[in-house]
Amino acid sequence: MTARSALSAAATQPRPTGMMSRLLSSDMPRSRALSAILIVIVAGLAATPFLFSGSQPLSTAAKICVFIALVASYDLLLGYTGIVSFAHTMFFGIGGYGVAIALERLGPTWISVAIGLAVALVLSAVLAVAIGLLSLRVRAIFFSMITLAVASAAAVLASQMSTVTGGEDGLSFQLPPQLRPAFRLLLEPIFGVTINGRVLAYYLVFFAALAIFLALLRIVNSPFGRVLQAIRENEFRAEALGYRVVAYRTAASVISALAATVAGAMLALWLRYNGPDTTLSFSIMIDILLMVVIGGMGTLYGAVIGATLFVLAQSYLQVLMGAASSGLSGIPFLPDLVHPDRWLLWLGALFIISVYAFPGGIVGYLRKRQSA
Amino acid sequence: MEPALETRGLTIRFGGHVAVNDVSCGFAPGTLTAIVGPNGAGKTTYFNLISGQLRASAGQVLVGGQDITTLPASARTRQGLGRAFQLTNLFPQLSALENVRLAVQSRAEAGWSLFRVWNDRRDLIEKAEAVLERVRLADKRNVAPAALSHGDQRKLEVALLIAMEPKVFMFDEPTAGMSVDEVPTVLELINDIKQRGDATVLLVEHKMDVVRSLADRIVVLHNGVLVADGDPAAVIASPIVQEAYLGIEATR
Repeated sequence: MTARSALSAAATQPRPTGMMSRLLSSDMPRSRALSAILIVIVAGLAATPFLFSGSQPLSTAAKICVFIALVASYDLLLGYTGIVSFAHTMFFGIGGYGVAIALERLGPTWISVAIGLAVALVLSAVLAVAIGLLSLRVRAIFFSMITLAVASAAAVLASQMSTVTGGEDGLSFQLPPQLRPAFRLLLEPIFGVTINGRVLAYYLVFFAALAIFLALLRIVNSPFGRVLQAIRENEFRAEALGYRVVAYRTAASVISALAATVAGAMLALWLRYNGPDTTLSFSIMIDILLMVVIGGMGTLYGAVIGATLFVLAQSYLQVLMGAASSGLSGIPFLPDLVHPDRWLLWLGALFIISVYAFPGGIVGYLRKRQSA
Repeated sequence: MEPALETRGLTIRFGGHVAVNDVSCGFAPGTLTAIVGPNGAGKTTYFNLISGQLRASAGQVLVGGQDITTLPASARTRQGLGRAFQLTNLFPQLSALENVRLAVQSRAEAGWSLFRVWNDRRDLIEKAEAVLERVRLADKRNVAPAALSHGDQRKLEVALLIAMEPKVFMFDEPTAGMSVDEVPTVLELINDIKQRGDATVLLVEHKMDVVRSLADRIVVLHNGVLVADGDPAAVIASPIVQEAYLGIEATR
């Protein structure tokens, strides 16, 4: 709570000017440590193809980019508007399936990508409006239940309609030629790195995520975004002030759904595959919730930090634990405790500790420390 | 002259209980009407029916001759009905300035702007600052209501109402729970609104001295029924008021 008051108090200061402030919609990190962390993350993601060799680091970085966009779009709902929806992975999945089905059926061209993405965006918007108008009027808890039911129905539908979606196996497909590993943008390597289709695909994901993030940052700091925060604070009063709460909530749901759809399309393009486990499963929904809470609800920068930490932990915690486990061999009990198979246990422990230690998330903590 | 606000046969039933019963009343532009009555007389319910928090079982609400009975609360606000609430009703974690700025922004119909940064609209911020100045909260602009004193919260509630520039101002016990030295500030604000122009003011109030000094007219509700209506001195003197309202007040 204190994090929020600090946020609102600081947000009424005279506006800083300059290009960076324009780009970040006047919503500066407001903490030196946070700024430093963000710069490291963004620079690291931008330079990943040049910093690390091999495909695993690049895949991890691409996943971080996708999840930054996805988690930021979820924060628009949860952190800024106060809507608890469990249907976010449905929109993520629609984006993935849209691109996957189009590329598989219509052939590996950019036109297929455009058609798949366009159809997915329209479908997501229609579903978001429908869910919003039908159920945002009811009490919050019932809304959450309805989204849960709709999301489960979508997951079942995707696995049943196997002729279209590939069922449980999902769909593998070919990418447009420019994104294939064999493609060479330049004949000569830059800084010893060959700019092939894989690197291009990575930068497509990177810039799409960056664009989504900056657009969302603008939206939450717009007059519209301010209304969303007012609705989160006191829905009744927002309505009495003349704001049509249902319309604003529905609009927020649609924007959030569209961003998640693009993120899903990016993930499918990167993986050259889409299936229930990569975009639709409920465990991804839980991951998103954890990333928002760890990073800090209601601060889009929290999405960057939450997604980065979580995906890194997911990818490297097992490796780290494997090393620790073999290092501790000979000692009773301890090697079992840090066995790589227990990684989820430790991730859970990390989560509980971080929620207790940083109730406002990492961003909330850093900002509080700065203002103290 | 056409009333700024009018209710015709306004009624609401909760099961068998009729909380507001067939209340017909017009409020002329530029007048301040006090609505009095014992606790449970239906004053706040009557307000809720007018501003749209409750839907009437029967009857109509008209603003400037236009029927708004079926409109939701937000649309009624846009028609010029402004309401301050009895229990302070603010955005607890947003700054005082942001609370008022949101009201100004609603009045300016700027809420659907998605791709501008909020502080591009300097005019909205300056207007909000001017309103805070007017209610003497300028020095608390960066404080969130959760950290304000009760009296300051009430002033902020009035500020939100002023910022909406309504045609009809509805105050529901604006001085309730205030310390004695804070009451005059709020009364001055209401008097100021009354003096400033053709605003129509409805005031639910318990304190008889307040009513006597501010009101042009008094309407008495008792068990949801309008039992007296007229000039303050005459209404206060009438037997029905002495019995129904002042009698109860006097024994408390």
